[in-house]
Amino acid sequence: MFELEQVSKRFAGTQALQPLDLHVPEGRTTVLLGPSGCGKSTLLRLMNGLLRPDTGRVLFRGQPLRDEELLTVRQRMGYALQGGGLFPHLTAEGNATLMARYLKWSSERVHARLRELVELTRFPPDALGRYPGQLSGGQRQRVSLMRALMLDPDVLLLDEPLGALDPMIRYELQGDLRDIFSRLGKTVVLVTHDLGEGAFLGDQVVLMREGRIVQQGPLAELERAPADPFVTRFFQAQRLPVSGGHA
Amino acid sequence: MRALIIGVWLVLAACSGAPSEEAPVRVGSKKFTESVILGDMVTQLARSTGARAEHRRELGGTQVLWQALRRGEIDVYPEYTGTLRQEIFAGRALPDDESLRQALAAEGLRMSAPLGFNDTYALGMKEAEAERLGIRTLSDLREHPELRFGFSNEFMDRGDGWPALRARYALPQRDVRGLDHDLAYRGLESGAIQVTDLYSTDAEIAYYGLRVLEDDLRHFPTYDAVLLYREDLGGRAPEVVSALGRLEGRISEPEMVELNARAKLQRVPERQVAAAFLERELGLTVTVRGDSMGASLWRHTREHLFLVGLSLLAAIAVAVPLGVLVARRPRLGQGVLALAGIIQTVPSLALLVFMIPLLGIGARPAIVALFLYSLLPILRNTAAGLTGIAPEVRESAEALGLPPGARLRLVELPMAAPSILAGIQTSAVINVGTATLGALIGAGGYGQPILTGIRLDDTSLILQGAVPAAVLALLVSGLFELVERLVVPRGLRL
Repeated sequence: MFELEQVSKRFAGTQALQPLDLHVPEGRTTVLLGPSGCGKSTLLRLMNGLLRPDTGRVLFRGQPLRDEELLTVRQRMGYALQGGGLFPHLTAEGNATLMARYLKWSSERVHARLRELVELTRFPPDALGRYPGQLSGGQRQRVSLMRALMLDPDVLLLDEPLGALDPMIRYELQGDLRDIFSRLGKTVVLVTHDLGEGAFLGDQVVLMREGRIVQQGPLAELERAPADPFVTRFFQAQRLPVSGGHA
Repeated sequence: MRALIIGVWLVLAACSGAPSEEAPVRVGSKKFTESVILGDMVTQLARSTGARAEHRRELGGTQVLWQALRRGEIDVYPEYTGTLRQEIFAGRALPDDESLRQALAAEGLRMSAPLGFNDTYALGMKEAEAERLGIRTLSDLREHPELRFGFSNEFMDRGDGWPALRARYALPQRDVRGLDHDLAYRGLESGAIQVTDLYSTDAEIAYYGLRVLEDDLRHFPTYDAVLLYREDLGGRAPEVVSALGRLEGRISEPEMVELNARAKLQRVPERQVAAAFLERELGLTVTVRGDSMGASLWRHTREHLFLVGLSLLAAIAVAVPLGVLVARRPRLGQGVLALAGIIQTVPSLALLVFMIPLLGIGARPAIVALFLYSLLPILRNTAAGLTGIAPEVRESAEALGLPPGARLRLVELPMAAPSILAGIQTSAVINVGTATLGALIGAGGYGQPILTGIRLDDTSLILQGAVPAAVLALLVSGLFELVERLVVPRGLRL
């Protein structure tokens, strides 16, 4: 789905990404994993063109991202980030349907799609008229997910979608997200620093450190044959029964 | 950019449309009582010939009137020969009235014969004291070195003021102090000072029983009152020009002192003072129609709302798009903000006067000045509202695939609305207050009664302008609270 070739990115004196290659397979969930500041969010933003790479190029479905097509390409990529990034002046429904209404979908089509998404994300329908300020953290995240899925995109890009939630809600949403991923069968790229979450939601793990990819592959593979002492340390630092039930 | 063009167009359209019912004869007067009385006389004389005439009262100082006359925004106003020589044609040798006439003719202007009185600087003292000491002329002062002098601050500094006077007459007095002109009269009354400077037609001369000392060495230039008018007035309204001739040589110095006293001390409206004079001296019956208090309040309110409304609308149309630019292009924005800041630091009176050579007098320069003053708060708040939007919200809008214009319209402007509205509210309230200064350049509004009240030392008249201005500021502020409820999305008020 995505092909990144020798991309690098520098921000005001710090090299966020060293030149690297990455292949994101279609129809699978790829997890970008690593400690904060490792460059995983930067990598995600290169995929939907929120950031332009300093070197190298990003291909989406075999085509390089071009400025003039960026807006239409983004409509095929749902994006949700930590805290939801909801528009505070719009209701839950207004947030979810903003882009569809901008594209002049008929109101029947908008409402039909919204009903599907409410059911899919298990969002309480009576809360659709509420503003973000009146929603719980978990509900906000579900709205954010509905907004990302509204146009039925090819790809879902999620940046720490569950980062700001308390553990109970987080646990519940992790389960819901896995159901959604498997029902939709879409290409998903998920950024997280939580190994357990990555293992639970992802097929393919990309472990990053200081702007470099340390190792990638199925999680069990990383655990079995760590390519670097950092991989082992990262696993140990999570204090999880890694071999346990999740994966 | 489109909004900017619309804004400028609105201002220009309204300015050219506003004073549409132009009277054929427009009379101007300076912002002191004598000039206003003379202006009223001229206006009533012009009307007596059947012409339509309009008096733009108390427009400001010499420069304002002079510029307005040259630009043809007024046709005639009362002036003094001394002022023409010292201020308008300063540095040119114009020894007699004929050379003065030639200098004026070069500007397309004419000057009447003197009206009869000379309103020059003079020194005065209490009549009884002058009689006791035997002082009639300035030369007599040499014999009394113990006299205490108190002069207005302006007179202490002027080229033809105290230093030159002392040299010319070799005056020996050492007890000389500067003080406020109005306080000088009270000082004379209490005996704190014995001699002061005055204008030879001051109302207070009669009121305080002062003797004006004769300028026997002819130190002070003559300030003969004359009427200045445009040459083309003779072509447009010859009967008016010949009627003006009837005032020539008709007003003596004691007469003018008396007229000033009636207006200033007895608070008779200038219109009536002028009408009574014309009736007595020229046998002219003039009916004076004064506005009732309600009517003049309504007129001032209309004028004020016109100034504030138009300048504010134009400022919104220009400053909001500029604010967006400032937020989008921070480096360019710094320049724009700095420029708006500089405009804000120009004193309002100075800005109004700068506008006169460009835009003349009346509502037009006032609106442009108010427009410029209203920019900064709106600009700043628009930019602050936009840059204050959380990055993840902005990023979400971008990631949805909304083009920049739609992001602005659907997300950024609605979110910045509270801040933008607060900026407009600030501008509006400041604007209501600053617009009172518009009266100084003939724009009318609540400043008019304030100006007249200050000139006549009439507190109730000042309040007739100041109270409605304060009420209007409160109303405007309240109006924006209401607008905020309608405009700001409910989600932002939680």
